[in-house]
Amino acid sequence: MTTLRLIAGPARRARPAAYSDCFEIGGNTMPQVSLTVNGKQHTVTVEARTLLVELLREKLGLTGTHVGCDTSQCGACVVHVDGKSVKSCTMLAVQAEGAAVTTIEGLAAADGTLHPMQEMFREHHALQCGFCTPGMVMAAVDLVRMHPAGITEKQVREGLEGNLCRCTGYHNIVKAIVAAWPLIHGKPNPAAAG
Amino acid sequence: MGYEGIGAAVRRKEDQRFLSGKGNYTDDINRPGQLYAYIKRSDRPHARIDRIDTKAAAAMPGVIAVYTGADMAADNVGGLPCGWQIHNKDGSPMAEPPHPVLAQGKVRHVGDPIAVVIAETKQQAKDAAEKLDIALTDLPAAATMAAALAPGAPEVHEGVAGNVCYDWHLGDKEAVDAAFARAHRVVKLELANNRLIPNAMEPRAAVGEFDGATGDYTLFTTSQNPHVIRLLMGAFVLHIPEAKLRVVAPDVGGGFGSKIYHYAEEAIVTWAAGKLRRPVKWTAERTESFMSDAHGRDHESVAEMAIDAEGHFLALKVSTHANMGAYLSTFAPCIPTYLYATLLAGVYKTPAIYCEVKAVFTNTVPVDAYRGAGRPEATFLLERLVDAVAFDTGIDRVEIRRRNFIPKDAFPYQTPVALQYDSGDYFATLDGALKEADWAGFEARRAAAKARGKLRGIGVSTYLEACGIAPSAVVGSLGARAGLYEVGTVRVHPTGSVTVLTGAHSHGQGHETTLAQLVVEQLGVPLSQVEIVHGDTAKIPFGMGTYGSRSLAVGGTAMVKAMDKIIAKGKRIAAHLMEASVDDIEFKNGTFSVAGTDKSKSLGEIALTAYVPHNYPIEELEPGLEETAFYDPKNFTFPGGCHVCEVEIDPETGVTEVVNFVAVDDVGRVINPMIVEGQVQGGVAQGIGQALLENAVYDSAGQLLSGSMMDYTMPRADNLPNIKVGTEITLCTHNPLGVKGCGEVGAIGSPPAVINAILDALKEWKVRHMNMPATSEKVWSIINGRA
Repeated sequence: MTTLRLIAGPARRARPAAYSDCFEIGGNTMPQVSLTVNGKQHTVTVEARTLLVELLREKLGLTGTHVGCDTSQCGACVVHVDGKSVKSCTMLAVQAEGAAVTTIEGLAAADGTLHPMQEMFREHHALQCGFCTPGMVMAAVDLVRMHPAGITEKQVREGLEGNLCRCTGYHNIVKAIVAAWPLIHGKPNPAAAG
Repeated sequence: MGYEGIGAAVRRKEDQRFLSGKGNYTDDINRPGQLYAYIKRSDRPHARIDRIDTKAAAAMPGVIAVYTGADMAADNVGGLPCGWQIHNKDGSPMAEPPHPVLAQGKVRHVGDPIAVVIAETKQQAKDAAEKLDIALTDLPAAATMAAALAPGAPEVHEGVAGNVCYDWHLGDKEAVDAAFARAHRVVKLELANNRLIPNAMEPRAAVGEFDGATGDYTLFTTSQNPHVIRLLMGAFVLHIPEAKLRVVAPDVGGGFGSKIYHYAEEAIVTWAAGKLRRPVKWTAERTESFMSDAHGRDHESVAEMAIDAEGHFLALKVSTHANMGAYLSTFAPCIPTYLYATLLAGVYKTPAIYCEVKAVFTNTVPVDAYRGAGRPEATFLLERLVDAVAFDTGIDRVEIRRRNFIPKDAFPYQTPVALQYDSGDYFATLDGALKEADWAGFEARRAAAKARGKLRGIGVSTYLEACGIAPSAVVGSLGARAGLYEVGTVRVHPTGSVTVLTGAHSHGQGHETTLAQLVVEQLGVPLSQVEIVHGDTAKIPFGMGTYGSRSLAVGGTAMVKAMDKIIAKGKRIAAHLMEASVDDIEFKNGTFSVAGTDKSKSLGEIALTAYVPHNYPIEELEPGLEETAFYDPKNFTFPGGCHVCEVEIDPETGVTEVVNFVAVDDVGRVINPMIVEGQVQGGVAQGIGQALLENAVYDSAGQLLSGSMMDYTMPRADNLPNIKVGTEITLCTHNPLGVKGCGEVGAIGSPPAVINAILDALKEWKVRHMNMPATSEKVWSIINGRA
């Protein structure tokens, strides 16, 4: 069986120019990935084709990150990689070499206190079956981060383009995210009325 | 701690685990020594299986076993049973062809399972499936109902003449014909209800396990009704005694009907786990979901309304073709019959109704209940037809509705199509919705939109549905092979906290909160002291599960009756302890007291006495404080209401934007308004999805074209408006809570409101009807004269 070997070190932050930049073909060992997940360092042996979400769910047992589709459409698998939201089904595990990953399990404080986004999702009934929720919350946290000057409902709706929810009709998700903005930024949302 | 009982918008108990990634969905479950199943499915719509050679696949790394239909037949595995039998017009039973777990000789739709590969890892199983050598000879396929009903059509099943599953009818044909003969006018509409794919966000999954030491099987599955799965799979498919089979439906990520049915994969993993003595897990990839989850809707109908000169409805005649797909799914036959034709009176006093339904086999994925199940089809037909009456006669759309509404004082109201409505006030929901939507001010908004180059329209839908299914004797007489009661066990623990075991199942509805609020209300126990247990046949009594908005109306009522028994027993214990007559004991806010005295005992004290019966009327009363009640409802419940939709169309692109949506519904008594609002909003979102975006499309050869989330358009946040929800309540008269149900009203009432609004926006083109979805192409073509 042909195996692929990850070339140590480079090219994590910049998208690899070509597949061959990442791998040497014909090596004997399964790739290893070293990464930090929710503040904890892990070194994991994976297949070259293993997706980040598979590493999280199957190797690390972090089943809070969900898989809802096979075409990168639903966003149930969104995690943060170095602080930015990423669909973890769309990234190979080996691409996360050296990265700091945060999953839904790592969002609340160590004592269990929910992140303001989680708290606002509960307060505004922004979840029903809970399956899209981890990806929705992680995407929402990054969305609010990306709008430091304030956020409108319209911007939230457009910003959620990559996340599907089948239960809520989004109404309460939008409300929750707008409500979380001032809690996260520590000031009133200047765009709230917009 | 504020008020937590009935009517309080308390936040959900289940949210902490869902929000912190600690939900326990089926795919999150991993058992020691677990193997993985990959199912090889047909990529052909209709073919004969000439050969399946499994040798190369079986030799692949990590492969433990490869099974085909022949292996299952050798083990005497039965077919997937259908839970409902419909009879033809002539009284003969419907055609009920076998539904094998793995294909036997033929495949009949794209996605039909042919073989299963079981390996140490998911990827190994998938890789090995590539090595299956399967020789198929294509057969002509009937991809649509028209193709299946055409003379000389390919036979989906040998011996099912003309591909007709049943030819059924309901109503008084003679009375309808007579009314048509004397009618001032007949308004006729041909219309289709588009095929939908439910797409709960959690793909289906199943983990089977067998304990060789005890002979016990366990199945973890994404189901809305674990006991039904245990009954069907144990009794009909795998022949496992129920006492040896546990079915667990843990956290389930949405269902919308699609997780009611007993699916092949549940039987495959359970059977394989027994053969291999190791746990076996299967999780659908989304592409598999598209071609193996039961689809919804897919009706083609001709509807005719006979009216008098004032627009009063005299009679309704409907002829419908309903697509069953290639096999009968568990509930499929009842959806276009008893959950559809019986609803054709709607909110109107139409005196005579006749409906005939032909159910048709095609080479497509089986079709079954999807959110609303039959009632959205009836509602779309009626509410489009009523607008067509307005269109043809020039009578105002709202006025024609008012003129034909069942009056508020006419309840209980017997319809000509079997149902008896217990309560409702359709004028109140209509008035409420029109006011909230500022119907009166619409023309000014239309003019303002026109000035901006946009076409603005408004539409209304006044609907009714039947849920809370249902009286077992009634559904039995209509062809149901199961009872449709519900069960609840209320266990008061020795220190006064309460566990409820319910046969209902939550897959997003929030039962852990809403049902707990019933306990708060009736037993006076704080919400934090109440746990709701559901979804595990090893824990709960034999319950029927959740679909048809029945959890509260049927399951909640069972709980109320169990709590009545708790209180009655508690009073006898209290009477003993306080040396009073039972008749003098009152129970209020969690306290038993002797009327007219200051003597009282808390529920906790009574419970402790029941479990530590030192001073106890042991001669006349059993110890313990746990009661079970089974409740079989006297009737369906009948939620109804009015939805108003306002749209703006960009004539340059044909894109329709829903700019305002108002739903005012009568769902009976509201236990948790926050949850009701969320249920309605979610239902409306699916209804707007059906009206504007969603469509399951097969090509003429039988290939599913809309087979991924890239091709099947589900609404995203920027496709939807804020959805305003209001309620105008009349109480259900036949359950003690007065509840009706709210899970499906949104998806039932909304689609015709959207289409009616679009046609209003396209007023100048005088479009009488448009089938769903109203895609931008369809709308643009009308505006540009190319329709």
